[in-house]
Amino acid sequence: MATLESDCARRFKAVNEIIERHGKRPERLVAVLQEVQEVYRYLPEEVLQYVATGMGVSPAEVFGVATFYENFSLKPKGKYIIRCCDGTACHVHGSEALLTAIRQRLQLTAPETTTPDLMFTLETVACLGACALAPVVTINDKVYGQVTPDQMVALIDELAGGEKDGKD
Amino acid sequence: MEKIKSGEELERLATMYRQAARKVTKRVLVCAGTGCVANGSLQVYAALREAIEEGGAIVDLDWLLEKEAPDNATRLDKTGCRGFCQLGPLVLVEPDDFMYVHVRPEDAREIIQESVVNNRCVDRLTYTAPGSDKHFDREEDIPFYKKQHRQTLGNCGHMNPEDIREYIARDGYQGLAQSLTQYSPLEVIEEVLKSGLRGLGGAGFPAGRKWQAVREAPGERKYVVCNGDEGDPGAFMDRSIMEGDPHKVLEGMIIAGYAVGAAEGYIYVRAEYPLAVERLHKAIGEAEEFGLLGDNILGTDFSFKLHINKGAGAFVCGESSALVASIEGKRGMPVPRPPRLAQRGLFGCPTLLNNVETFANIPYLMRKGAQAFASLGTATSFGTKAFALTGNVKNTGLIEVPMGTTLREVIFDIGGGIKGDLRFKAVQIGGPSGACLTAEHLDLPLDFDSLKNAGAMMGSGGLVVMDEGTCMVEVARFFMDFTQRESCGKCIPCREGTSRMLEILEGIVAGKGQEEDLALLEEIAHMVHDMSLCGLGKTAANPVLSTLRYFRDEYVAHVRDKRCPAGVCASLRRIVIEAEKCKGCSRCAKVCPVEAISGEIKKPFTIAEDVCIRCGACISQCPFGAIKEVS
Repeated sequence: MATLESDCARRFKAVNEIIERHGKRPERLVAVLQEVQEVYRYLPEEVLQYVATGMGVSPAEVFGVATFYENFSLKPKGKYIIRCCDGTACHVHGSEALLTAIRQRLQLTAPETTTPDLMFTLETVACLGACALAPVVTINDKVYGQVTPDQMVALIDELAGGEKDGKD
Repeated sequence: MEKIKSGEELERLATMYRQAARKVTKRVLVCAGTGCVANGSLQVYAALREAIEEGGAIVDLDWLLEKEAPDNATRLDKTGCRGFCQLGPLVLVEPDDFMYVHVRPEDAREIIQESVVNNRCVDRLTYTAPGSDKHFDREEDIPFYKKQHRQTLGNCGHMNPEDIREYIARDGYQGLAQSLTQYSPLEVIEEVLKSGLRGLGGAGFPAGRKWQAVREAPGERKYVVCNGDEGDPGAFMDRSIMEGDPHKVLEGMIIAGYAVGAAEGYIYVRAEYPLAVERLHKAIGEAEEFGLLGDNILGTDFSFKLHINKGAGAFVCGESSALVASIEGKRGMPVPRPPRLAQRGLFGCPTLLNNVETFANIPYLMRKGAQAFASLGTATSFGTKAFALTGNVKNTGLIEVPMGTTLREVIFDIGGGIKGDLRFKAVQIGGPSGACLTAEHLDLPLDFDSLKNAGAMMGSGGLVVMDEGTCMVEVARFFMDFTQRESCGKCIPCREGTSRMLEILEGIVAGKGQEEDLALLEEIAHMVHDMSLCGLGKTAANPVLSTLRYFRDEYVAHVRDKRCPAGVCASLRRIVIEAEKCKGCSRCAKVCPVEAISGEIKKPFTIAEDVCIRCGACISQCPFGAIKEVS
């Protein structure tokens, strides 16, 4: 319980620092939320409230910005964020099959994007700008090019396996 | 480092860096663009480092500026993108300019021993043209590079983007020095006007006129904003420039700041480009240290500051007024114009907004003059344009060609033709705002006006080549799905129009389309074009309109005959049993999950089409190859 509290306190301190560093200027709201999301891996509602008070803007405005941009998430995300590119070049190179394979492996249905154990989150992005390597997938910002569905499943197996080993 | 105080001092430094660099002729350059890194170029770099150190010494610019190089010295550097990403990791060995493709760490020793020590080419690692065994030792001989004219991308892949001194040695910041010392701000604008440079982010508005408007707008504070929110799927020119030659973008922006009378600038980069953000941050720090950015640039009384803003994943922020709103920390939604940004932009002040490639053209333009710049291109589009060539083409990657180069030259000479030697069907240009062009347009020159007349637009420069196996209705659906998701929802024509168009297209690819859908689709498309608030809405229907214009028969086949000519749309596929091949073994019937197959043993079986779910399980079960999918 003690660790949980101190973890909360640590994060809370980080949020305060972020707001301070940006000088409470309203035009820094997007940047503040980006950094807050790095601390929590998502934007918890109570933190949004706090950011609003701290920056002197209305909660509605903060909520509006947080829900407008695709990179912000109001729900917890997994430890590994798999971003599957579905840009034009990836689309004509079979990104659909890749997506299907990932969904099947992680047992995700279309509206659900995070596994219940908070290990994996699957997102699609419009273009990662690595079109010459289509189809492209990134896992926590590491880029994998010309991926096949089999390779993708193997990659996920490896990550999931590594986690299990770590716990034992 | 002491700040550079004058143009002459900059020139002296450039000469000094060049002389130092000449002390060593051997240099190994490893591409560290996003593509090559994904293919493992950092591991290759580490292996090359080890291999060089085994028998020689690695020297860098710091060393060479202080002392002589030992006999066995080699330079080893990571560079920005060389454009031929598909063949990564790419390694270049100077001075013989041997270019190696698909290099793996275990090749490092051989490369060093052969090419660095013995000046010989390692043939097995050179590029071979697909379908032949012809080797190309050097980059300039490879067909992919031969017809290109790499001016804006000239430094990418040939220098370390994280060292400002290399940029200075390659005439970097000379354009800025000349602008500040030999031109008044108005003369700089005059020069940009004369060059005929047009905005390379899409619409092609003359850059000089924009600059002029901002200069003339009343106001104390003015801003320069660089649009690096390259959101078009299939485009990555700006990413490569920001990653491979960040100082060029900075230099262009500083010159623009001087010309329009701004003291501050913002670079807005999309969040999907972390490496670009990192390199730009580094470049800004270096430029400040050298006195090329900040207070009293090059000893003059001109001061300029630059900030970086990271996007948060909204395509609409590529639209200028939405981008400005996003920098202000708000929801990135467009506002009606006028007033234009040049009158009322960022924080309510006159703002100059150009895209990355446009700014990257400025240093060359100011260094060489408008006339030299305008010597390339066509009567109305000058200079060069970078394109991201992708899709079903043999050579994919980043290219740069003079304006007016034909599509045929790009796709067949540079791109090497269609993969698998299938037939060319279409090329999608300009992303979701662009259009699909057909074989009849292959001789169309790539310039702003020719493209516009063909119902397309330059867009940011993504070229996605499609072969005969592509369904154009599906492509239209794909783009509409994209624009519909990315519509910011502020104006009704775009928000509702794209949703309705998507519904109709989804119906058509699912085999539920009616002939009257096509007329309705066209009507909505025109409405969205005429009535949307911003440029993105106005162009959202382009992929639909252009495919309807050039591939109408494909739409008709979908709605009238319920057939997908390319065999792509799953719902329109049928599975049939060929009676003459079927031996009536019943295996297919046993595996069918919906009991759609029936028949008598030893007689041809049949599939009930209305029951069949097209899962294809029967196809793989048939030992006689009697079952196949038809469109």
